[in-house]
Amino acid sequence: MKISRSEVEHAALLARLQLTEEEMNQYTEQLNSILEHAAMLDQIDTGNVSPTAHAVQLYNVLRDDVAQPSLDQEKVLQNAPAAEQGFFRVPRIV
Amino acid sequence: MTYADKYEMVCGVETHVEMATKTKIFCGCSTEFGGEQNTHVCPVCLGLPGVLPVLNREVVNLAIKAGLALNCEIADFSKFDRKNYYYPDLPKNYQTSQYDLPICKNGWLEISVDESKKRIGITRAHMEEDAGKLVHSGETITTSHSSGVDYNRTGVPLLEIVSEPDMRSIEEVLAYLEELVQIMEYAGISDCKMEQGSVRFDVNVSLRLKGRSKFGTRTETKNLNSFNSVRRCLEYELERQADILDEGGTIAQETRTWDEGKGMTLSLRSKEEAHDYRYFPEPDLVPLVIDRDWVEGIRAAMPELPSAKRLRLQSLGLSEYDAKVITSSKTMADYFDKALEKYHDAKTLANWVMGDLSGLLKANSCSFEDSPVTPVQLAGLLSLIQKGEISGKIGKTVIEEIYKTGKDSEIIVKEKGLIQISDEGALEKIMEEIISANPKSVADYQAGKENAIGFLVGQMMKATKGQANPGLVNKMLKERLSQ
Repeated sequence: MKISRSEVEHAALLARLQLTEEEMNQYTEQLNSILEHAAMLDQIDTGNVSPTAHAVQLYNVLRDDVAQPSLDQEKVLQNAPAAEQGFFRVPRIV
Repeated sequence: MTYADKYEMVCGVETHVEMATKTKIFCGCSTEFGGEQNTHVCPVCLGLPGVLPVLNREVVNLAIKAGLALNCEIADFSKFDRKNYYYPDLPKNYQTSQYDLPICKNGWLEISVDESKKRIGITRAHMEEDAGKLVHSGETITTSHSSGVDYNRTGVPLLEIVSEPDMRSIEEVLAYLEELVQIMEYAGISDCKMEQGSVRFDVNVSLRLKGRSKFGTRTETKNLNSFNSVRRCLEYELERQADILDEGGTIAQETRTWDEGKGMTLSLRSKEEAHDYRYFPEPDLVPLVIDRDWVEGIRAAMPELPSAKRLRLQSLGLSEYDAKVITSSKTMADYFDKALEKYHDAKTLANWVMGDLSGLLKANSCSFEDSPVTPVQLAGLLSLIQKGEISGKIGKTVIEEIYKTGKDSEIIVKEKGLIQISDEGALEKIMEEIISANPKSVADYQAGKENAIGFLVGQMMKATKGQANPGLVNKMLKERLSQ
């Protein structure tokens, strides 16, 4: 087992997922088979390989500090489930 | 009894500084403070699906500059990472930050407390995006039934500067923060407008019994936005921890929040509930490769930093204290330097800048930047005094007139007839009157009480409305009374 059931529960909590007993078992099993498959990589000696920071060999993609137009407030809030006086309205936080 | 009798405090600070760019870190939205809510936002900083961030070059320039100003190593290779957590001030559910390859590390700055100097280590400094602002409907976050979110600040570039746990007293912490903020302001990294939340501090603090080497358990109090809040927060938190330790208790490692109104820290979350941020490399941004030319180009353009400025002012004859006062505000220091180009007696200039001019500006709630008395005008006024055309006392009247009218001192002196009387003939008659009106002082002086002459000089100055040349009056009186 690469990942325990309690770790899956913790991951679900962090991802704000409410899972049933059945789903929890199913995902624990599936995640383990994914991780076992990926464990093949452990067989390769990477002692002399520096960590990959990005899959694409590209560096320093930068833009100038020049302002571009922003969206109108109306557009910004267009898809908000709730809005009030120009603010997004969200449920009580803590 | 206070904590300090028995315990030693250990403190490190994380400082978030908003960088002075025109646009956000990953998009072209304005960073201007105070816009109407949700008007400085676009699909990128709103985290809408399918958008891609592009890093602002100026953010990297400023971060390198800050690193150099803090004596850090600048990384050859640096990257961004995602810090994942759910909170509505972050529309993407992650903050783009830097984890294991920050742009700056291993620096230091020097503080001076009670005339002893100490280096405070800088562990690292990294770039990240600011979060949005929440407006709670209830009185506090815990009594609100809902909150409003403004994403204008989301994506404003931040530099997070992490210190080593090197500070051992509240004075050291404040000296560190003041020096750090000054360096950021002088180097042009940030406007450091504390009242607008441009600088925020997270304070990590613990106590250990004096003489012990092992650190105690620490608490972290987040989001303090003024030096005063940091001081009050530490005073409270240290007493709280000492009380617990005195009773044989243990400190819970936790994140706390500072309640400004109540003047106390409150638990926000314990270590058990601590965030598991699941950092991973940001796939939407490519890494940075920073070559030496880039770094050296920025180093070459580095403005004079506060510590160098203080030393230069001291070399010009200012005391350490005066140099500290002048450099405490960048606008005052800039003003001083501009006036110094035209008037070269630094000590006299410093006295006027810290004294009369500061007083006038303070009384009118005006900044040095907007001073109605320009640096050139102040230099002109001090030159008149130096040449003996007006007395220092008259100078005080003239500076007020410049402040009110904006006219140059030469014009004011002419218009008001304030030119110093340095003509012995003109002063002689007045002197005789003063002598006959004050026989006691005359007798005192002649009996050997040298101080008595000061009173007579004062009377002469009063009679001439301050226009007499005080040096000349002194000399004339001495000659006359020794006859």
